[in-house]
Amino acid sequence: MKRRDFLRKSAGAGLAAGAALSLGGYSKLWATAPSGAKYDMVAVMGGSPEAMFDLGIQELGGMGTFVKKGQRVLLKPNIGWDRPPEMGANTNPALVSRVIEHCLRAGAKEVYVFDHTCDNWVNCYRNSGIEKASKDAGAKVVPGNSENYYQEVEIPGGLKLKKAKVHELLFETDVFINIPVLKDHNSTRMTACMKNMMGVVWDRGFWHRNDLNQCIADYALFEKKPALNILDCYNVMVKHGPMGVSKEDIVQMKSQIISTDWVACDAAATKMLGVDIAKIEYIAHAHKMGLGNMNLDSLNIRRIKM
Amino acid sequence: MRSPLLRKIRILFSAVMLICFILLFIDFKDLIPTKYINYLLAFQFVPSMLKYIDAPTILSAGFVVVLLLTLLTGRTYCSFLCPLGIGQDLFSRFGGRIRKKFRRYGFKKPHTILRYSLLGATIVVSLVWGIYLLTLLDPYSVFGRFMTYFGKPVALVLNNFLSWAFHKFDIYTFDHITISGFRLLTYTIPVVFFILVGFMSLAKGRLYCNTICPVGTLLGLISKISLFRIKFDESKCTRCGRCAIRCKSSCIDFLQQKVDVSRCVDCFNCIDVCQDDALSYGLVSFKKKKEAEADSGKRKFIAGSLMMLLGLQQGLRAQEKGSPVPTKQSTVKENKTCPVAPPGAGSIEDFNKNCTGCSLCIAACPNNVLKPALMQYGIAGMMQPVMDYHHSFCTFNCVKCTEVCPTYALKPLKMEAKQLTQLGKVRFIKDNCIVKTEKTACGACSEACPTKAVYMVPYEGNLLIPETNEDICIGCGHCEYACPTVPYKAIFVDGNPVHLAAQPPLNEEAEMEAHEDFPF
Repeated sequence: MKRRDFLRKSAGAGLAAGAALSLGGYSKLWATAPSGAKYDMVAVMGGSPEAMFDLGIQELGGMGTFVKKGQRVLLKPNIGWDRPPEMGANTNPALVSRVIEHCLRAGAKEVYVFDHTCDNWVNCYRNSGIEKASKDAGAKVVPGNSENYYQEVEIPGGLKLKKAKVHELLFETDVFINIPVLKDHNSTRMTACMKNMMGVVWDRGFWHRNDLNQCIADYALFEKKPALNILDCYNVMVKHGPMGVSKEDIVQMKSQIISTDWVACDAAATKMLGVDIAKIEYIAHAHKMGLGNMNLDSLNIRRIKM
Repeated sequence: MRSPLLRKIRILFSAVMLICFILLFIDFKDLIPTKYINYLLAFQFVPSMLKYIDAPTILSAGFVVVLLLTLLTGRTYCSFLCPLGIGQDLFSRFGGRIRKKFRRYGFKKPHTILRYSLLGATIVVSLVWGIYLLTLLDPYSVFGRFMTYFGKPVALVLNNFLSWAFHKFDIYTFDHITISGFRLLTYTIPVVFFILVGFMSLAKGRLYCNTICPVGTLLGLISKISLFRIKFDESKCTRCGRCAIRCKSSCIDFLQQKVDVSRCVDCFNCIDVCQDDALSYGLVSFKKKKEAEADSGKRKFIAGSLMMLLGLQQGLRAQEKGSPVPTKQSTVKENKTCPVAPPGAGSIEDFNKNCTGCSLCIAACPNNVLKPALMQYGIAGMMQPVMDYHHSFCTFNCVKCTEVCPTYALKPLKMEAKQLTQLGKVRFIKDNCIVKTEKTACGACSEACPTKAVYMVPYEGNLLIPETNEDICIGCGHCEYACPTVPYKAIFVDGNPVHLAAQPPLNEEAEMEAHEDFPF
């Protein structure tokens, strides 16, 4: 049996099992917030990335709400750039490490970390500090640099993005957790949760050619949605994003936003970055497509200052 | 000395050398520290000489050591240090294995006119015109190209197989590496030489080294006055002819009891094979005798190696990434007035004079941005590395190519200096840009720019469009690589004939302040 067939079949089997168990849609397994969660979003400010996460995840019922014993977990931090941690171009390695620990403590069988980087991937993995932090914390660091790792999927309902080649780990794992970093972005003006998904697909050029903002929103339709979005707002790159030129591009905001709703999370992020939400087109697109709620007023937000 | 140990020492030493050189070129994980690479390369004759001409220091005087060594010991360089020579010995061994009874060697007359014409032509052309012939014939560079064009891809195929196999068990020690081949035409020279060297060594031992290789011929001339050589003890010799048959250089005339020192590469096989202890290696003396032998070609091997090579090329081509169909084709052709030379080249003119196209930088580049040139630099620059920004870019935090260059064609650059070296200047073609043609956001170029020489300014509506500042552009080509338009890019780097110093990027403090409280 070819590996691809095997994957397809096991994905199918998993789907059948999931459907049988939950009597709900397969996507619900991924997307819906656990019924126990009291808040739509938790925002923490004033501590170290690790301490803020410890507090924040507790407010959402602990990692056990999202990761069950024996599950395989995929973490998608932003490792896109060959820049050191203090430049804020990539997710804070200490945060990634702490999330891995929480997953393992919740009984995860295996935790995987990967990104399809923009710069040379070996340098990115190494110089971002994420490779070492993840391995030390007990995760498997997986490459995303070769087209071989990607499988083509349909995006039903996508306006511009109807197909995408997605990293195989999305199909091989049970829980998907998004750990982006908040940054200025040169053309979409902001990158946070939804835009981080450009690192799970192979052909980003297609997005750039075919209405970037719509493609970002379209991808959010894809069934393998993150169970949790942990937005790192510790060192925030407020200009020259998404790569940054120097430390002068950074404002230390010492914050973190955690939510199961990535549209809401991105909406809150615009406030942190001080940009007009009307200009971040993909948020409005995604809201309109029913992928989340961008109206922060209607959300139950828990705010914690440390 | 007539100990059989001599041959054993030679085999051990050369095997270690060959393995080191092979590892050097297939080191796709960048595991070998630069200083060891430089130790290894320091004694390669032609690269060291070119390096010395460029920067005469004790560190670049490896070729002087080789000359002195030759004066003292004869052409030991060819057996102990030259990777192409050692590689040929390996081939000769295979050649011998395939038909054991077949006697390939035996004394033959040297191709005197041919070898000295080639040496003369190489020297004259290099002095008068350019190092074109040296690029073509330098044995180290020939070996380097074999490794880069054929050796490394084979290693990558193995790696990818391991990666695939381990992957099944959820182990990610090996990662899949896409094999990026070169343009088909650039394979011409390596393939021709592989067939030439491969056939000559399979069938005739060191015939290539003693006929075509200019370094071999030059060292042969010098070794005519070398102090140590292979000697006959006439009183012991029974003229059995075993030595002549064993001699890869076909340079032992056992009837006359003479060794042609200009062709002898000091492999010591003859000493090993002589049952009468009549041959020894020692201080010079004189005496003489005669005989010869001939043989046919081995079509099977040529056909085999030819097929292997063709197959390899096909494999390489097949692995190139297919680009998706774009909505609209770009219309304005990029107008590159000058190719982009790698960092450390200084000026293209100087670079072309020093590079022998050994391809080590091409093999070593972690981003595969260096590709062998066809006619970008003109005919004299064939096989020299040129930046190919359509398929990759020069990664910001890397100076690998400048560190490994054995000839100083690429001079060592400190990281800080490299990050301010302008290889070329950015050029923006607005009429190709997605933002103008499609009226949608893109910014792939500016996103990728490490110095923000490409930045975005307001355009129609909510759109932003690129603008460039060539003063701070370093010509890394990341914008050109990232630009998604086809077939022509909307942004490209035009090479600088002479590399310039770029202005440092602008670092103003951010105006924004951290929030006192949640802004939502």
